[in-house]
Amino acid sequence: MAQVEVKTQEYWRWPEYRRTVSEKDWRNASILTAGVDIGSVGSKATIMVDGELYAYSVMRTGGVSEDTAIKVTTWALEGTGLEVGKLHYIVGTGYGRVNVPFAKKTITEIACHARGAHYIYGPTVRTVLDIGGQDCKAIRCDEKGKVLSFLMNDKCAAGTGRGLEVFADLISVPIQELGKVSLSVDQEPPPVSNTCVIFAKAESLALLRQGWPKERVAAAYHAAMADRIVDLLTRVGIEKDFVITGGVSKNMGIVQRLERILKIKPLEPQMDPILAGALGAGLFAKALYEKEQGLR
Amino acid sequence: MITAGVDVGAKFAKVVILKDGQVLTRAKALVGFDILKSASDVFEMALKDAGLSRGDIQRVVSTGMGRSAVLQKPPINADEAVSEVVADAAGAFQAVPTVKTVIDVGAEEGRGIKVEGGKVRDFVINERCAAGAGTFVEAMARALEVKVEDMGSLSLKSANTIPMNAQCCVFAESEVVSLIHSKISKEYIAKAIHDAIAGRISSMILRVGVEKDVVLIGGCALNPGFLPPLEKELHTSIIVPEFPEFVSALGAAVIAANPAR
Repeated sequence: MAQVEVKTQEYWRWPEYRRTVSEKDWRNASILTAGVDIGSVGSKATIMVDGELYAYSVMRTGGVSEDTAIKVTTWALEGTGLEVGKLHYIVGTGYGRVNVPFAKKTITEIACHARGAHYIYGPTVRTVLDIGGQDCKAIRCDEKGKVLSFLMNDKCAAGTGRGLEVFADLISVPIQELGKVSLSVDQEPPPVSNTCVIFAKAESLALLRQGWPKERVAAAYHAAMADRIVDLLTRVGIEKDFVITGGVSKNMGIVQRLERILKIKPLEPQMDPILAGALGAGLFAKALYEKEQGLR
Repeated sequence: MITAGVDVGAKFAKVVILKDGQVLTRAKALVGFDILKSASDVFEMALKDAGLSRGDIQRVVSTGMGRSAVLQKPPINADEAVSEVVADAAGAFQAVPTVKTVIDVGAEEGRGIKVEGGKVRDFVINERCAAGAGTFVEAMARALEVKVEDMGSLSLKSANTIPMNAQCCVFAESEVVSLIHSKISKEYIAKAIHDAIAGRISSMILRVGVEKDVVLIGGCALNPGFLPPLEKELHTSIIVPEFPEFVSALGAAVIAANPAR
């Protein structure tokens, strides 16, 4: 019998990356800090030179958070000549923040996301929506990036990046293209009616079997997810300027639908919004170091 | 009088044929893509088994998620469709006349019903979240690479209690995978899974209150690993009637026999 080679592709698998973004020489800087954000799905490390983003890395969180924390930080430092020991202060955040071995302090991802969004988008930000791998947070903040109130869903995969990963696998579309695919319909279909990802998956499968094209099923799924996120946002109250951070901020299908429903255009990010949590942690690290040294 | 109850569930279709309060036959099969066809096949199977034809059955009542798919549609031609809650109450009362609380855990729904004399007084339903229904155990069995039928007996081998943090079926799958990676035995994980679902079901049941006798029905009642943690959580003994997955269909057949109720 002939062997059939089965090619399997993991559509949910998003690419990992690192960048050095500053021309500055860290050797001339006075404060070197890092923010390490160990999320449930993705981990990010930002290296900050005098409170400005210098280099970063984004990778998937592995089975052991400590290992991931070391890997992601080392990777961010790669090729810069800097090493962990030379950093003045490191703050850990995210779901696995207690597992960052070299962090001097841990700060909740809520505070870090607000602070990071303030850094990325400026002081006009009042509402931050962070859609991560396993949770979704709506945060209200002031002109200093301080949290005023927040609401989050961390119990249910519906309305999170993990739900999108499951869906990407179901319809065999790479996760990075999923949002674009969902926007390629002429008319928006009714949203998928089930909340639970497991049930919504079964419902989507039934739609595919009925002959719906992938694009239409994707649109129905994204529409349902957008509706759910709007519910959360409405409960916390949405005020301009509005910004979206976290991995799902890269999904245009979600972003454009939110914009359509809310009739508010989210600000365009000037840097990778997946970094918001890590950036916030890196900035808190600088402030904590200054306090420690009696610099302020 | 001969009547039939057809329970078209999310996963299985079940048929009970009743003659003067006595069960003549029971039949069940998986529900496929075509709900009407799957239900009709089970119905024909039950008729054949009882040596009857549709004409011999005076009334047919349907229930379950797909109940309207078979309403007045040949070959079943159900005369009436009733909700799962009503059918559960009638069926549990027929099976256990002293019943006051019914817990029905099916593939995609969990229900708690307060009953008196076979009539519904109050109820709660979870139909939104897979983590409170049989689907949860199925999904976890896949993650554990254990047959779903073996999950219950596997969990009974564990004396240890380890907590599961994830509430959501999707997140729990990842948690099970990481528990496997941390070399936790399958028995322990299986127990944690049953403890978790029993915890969620009982917190729902407590909203209607627990009054004895408590009867557990639905497909999950066939899982021996589910009963002990549920009894522990609810601080009560629970009766599992014979053929617990047919109780709703039985209720529908009982209702069919009492059209004037």
